[in-house]
Amino acid sequence: MTGLSTKQRVWWGVITVLVLVYALFPVAAVAATSFKLPSELNSGTFLPPTPTWGNYEQILVGDAQGLFLSALRNSVGISLIATGIAVVLATLAAYAIARLDFPGKRVVLTTALGVSIFPIISLVTPLFNVWRSIGLYDTWAGLIIPYLSLTLPISIWTLSAFFRQIPWELEQAAQVDGATSWQAFRKAIVPLAAPGVFTTALIAFFIAWNDFVYGISLTSTEAARPVPAALAFFTGASQFEEPTGSISAAAVVVTVPVVVLVLLFQRQIVSGLTQGAVKG
Amino acid sequence: MASIVLKDIVKKYADGFPAVKGVSLEIADGEFVILVGPSGCGKSTLLRMIVGLEDITSGDLEIGGTRVNEKAPRDRHLAMVFQNYALYPHLTVYENIAFPLRLTKGQFSQEEIDRKVNLAADTLELGDHLDRKPANLSGGQRQRVAMGRAIVREAEAFLFDEPLSNLDAKLRGQMRTEIARMQRRLGTTTVYVTHDQTEALTLGDRVAVLKKGELQQVASPRGLYEQPINLFVAGFIGSPPMNFLPGEVDGGTMRLPFAQVPIDGPLRERIGDRKLVIVGLRPEHVEDAALLEEDKAAGGVRFDAEIDVTEWLGSELYAYIPFDTHPDVAAKLEELDRDLDGEGMRTQVIVALSSESDVRDGDEAQLWFDPARLMVFDPETGENLTRDEEAVVRIEEENEADRKAALERAQAREKRVAERKERRETERASGGGARAAS
Ligand SMILES: Nc1ncnc2c1ncn2[C@@H]1O[C@H](COP(=O)(O)OP(=O)(O)O)[C@@H](O)[C@H]1O
Ligand SMILES: [Mg+2]
Repeated sequence: MTGLSTKQRVWWGVITVLVLVYALFPVAAVAATSFKLPSELNSGTFLPPTPTWGNYEQILVGDAQGLFLSALRNSVGISLIATGIAVVLATLAAYAIARLDFPGKRVVLTTALGVSIFPIISLVTPLFNVWRSIGLYDTWAGLIIPYLSLTLPISIWTLSAFFRQIPWELEQAAQVDGATSWQAFRKAIVPLAAPGVFTTALIAFFIAWNDFVYGISLTSTEAARPVPAALAFFTGASQFEEPTGSISAAAVVVTVPVVVLVLLFQRQIVSGLTQGAVKG
Repeated sequence: MASIVLKDIVKKYADGFPAVKGVSLEIADGEFVILVGPSGCGKSTLLRMIVGLEDITSGDLEIGGTRVNEKAPRDRHLAMVFQNYALYPHLTVYENIAFPLRLTKGQFSQEEIDRKVNLAADTLELGDHLDRKPANLSGGQRQRVAMGRAIVREAEAFLFDEPLSNLDAKLRGQMRTEIARMQRRLGTTTVYVTHDQTEALTLGDRVAVLKKGELQQVASPRGLYEQPINLFVAGFIGSPPMNFLPGEVDGGTMRLPFAQVPIDGPLRERIGDRKLVIVGLRPEHVEDAALLEEDKAAGGVRFDAEIDVTEWLGSELYAYIPFDTHPDVAAKLEELDRDLDGEGMRTQVIVALSSESDVRDGDEAQLWFDPARLMVFDPETGENLTRDEEAVVRIEEENEADRKAALERAQAREKRVAERKERRETERASGGGARAAS
């Protein structure tokens, strides 16, 4: 299929616009709402009649500051640690799966897949009880561990698909060219493996960053509550005011880094994902 | 540059498979040696042991007179071209070629690296592609980058593992001559692995034929073709391959499926009391009797054959003649065919006639061959009974003299070219100076 006819092009245009509107309208609405005054929330207009930074001030320096900033700190910290651990473990596991022949290789992969399709909601209640009794409830570790169960399987799958494509004999070529084993690995293999590891890290980070169910169920205070859960605890400036404005502002603040990361690295992400899709 | 000596090298893989079973081979400094054999016979294993990527189970490997069994690849200073080229996909052509130089930390300045890479690129006509990535190059260009990486540093020896097998036929021919020219010019010891007997015959000073991890014969291409040591070598070398026929010995004559051949003298003696032998007849040694001059025809054997199929190739004409084999040698020939990677039993003779011959499919034709060129093999051991030791020695001596002469010629030419270039440059420099002064 080289050239599209005019009619086809029009149809594709229409469909694209529809999909874009469908996907982006909620985001735009949240962004618009975040600039509205509390009194304008029910004004019925899409754009804020008098745009204001008030909601942002409230969550970043105002009354909701304590709630939001501690949640932001928790989210960033927990997601980064969970991502780091997942990537290190998954890299080692995927290396073994891609390069070595050992009994139980298939079992590892199938188990990983099995874990990732298990419904989260069915795990939350038992985890809640266990965490309460062993003291992990409302701690960072108490969230990092379940996040690993979400991020590890997909990391192992993406990375092992990626590693299987690396031409490992380059390591030997480099040794013949005069490299030590370590130099061969660093100069011939790492540059090829790095994009895959990086993509996997991004995906793992998003999964941890976006979680809501674990976040709300396994925390009770600011000690560990991540942003998605914390949003539910926002209150208005007075009890007669809806917190919708601040919630929207907070949502925008946590969405922006994700969007920026995806835009910056979209080429790597797409190629990483499709490789996983084709070869996995 | 260095000699390479293999002493009774054995390789047993971890799963117990004996891939190389005691190979001894001496490769002189500056020599071009080919390891050839059907796929799976242990050629790559042997090469990888030489370069240090595979442990040697037992035996000694010496490079330049020192034992290197335990040395890491980097300490052996060999350069290797892999079958799939093994280029670094994240580096440009320039960086790929410069890679071995960059690893010798601080030994070369950036200018030196620049000069060496450009020289290699010029030799291999890669100058226009230095900034490109390997993924964007054609097969032949990738192959040349791999060679550039090998020649850019002064390695003790070059090792090639089937470097041309991924190229199309035309390019393969071109690269073959290019490799031969480069080796002569540089005079670097070279070990070249291939399963293609044409490459083996055209490239090598000496050719080592391997079968199932065992060395069969090491000789010059002519030595292998004219004086093969056994059935396997005879069947492997030559294209189209040698025909093998049952020969029933009866006193002073030998009965082939379609002809009677008188035997006498030393051959009669060497056949001894064997009743049945395997006779080898090269396709190119059979001719169409109709095209033969009278005096030549008198010295040979004529026979009538029913031609099944013919193939006209322009330069020659292949004719296929079915025959009934002898049950007592059928098993041996079938085994040979399996060893040679062939398909099924050979119950037809291939003959390569002159392209002017008017033999056609289904014809009854009269053909001719010279019985002196037949080879006779023992049906049990496969040993060549017609091998002439004196001729072997003569061929090898001539070959060695040819090699030395070719090497000297190539290097003298190289020196002349370099001198001419230098002279031109000094002239240009002085001419430029004069202009600047005026
Ligand atoms: N890593 C290995 N483990 C076990 N057997 C191997 C290994 N590598 C090669 N072999 C076996 O050794 C034999 C020779 O292999 P190789 O040297 O690659 O043959 P060639 O290059 O002549 O085609 C083959 O039969 C192959 O199956
Ligand atoms: Mg091989």
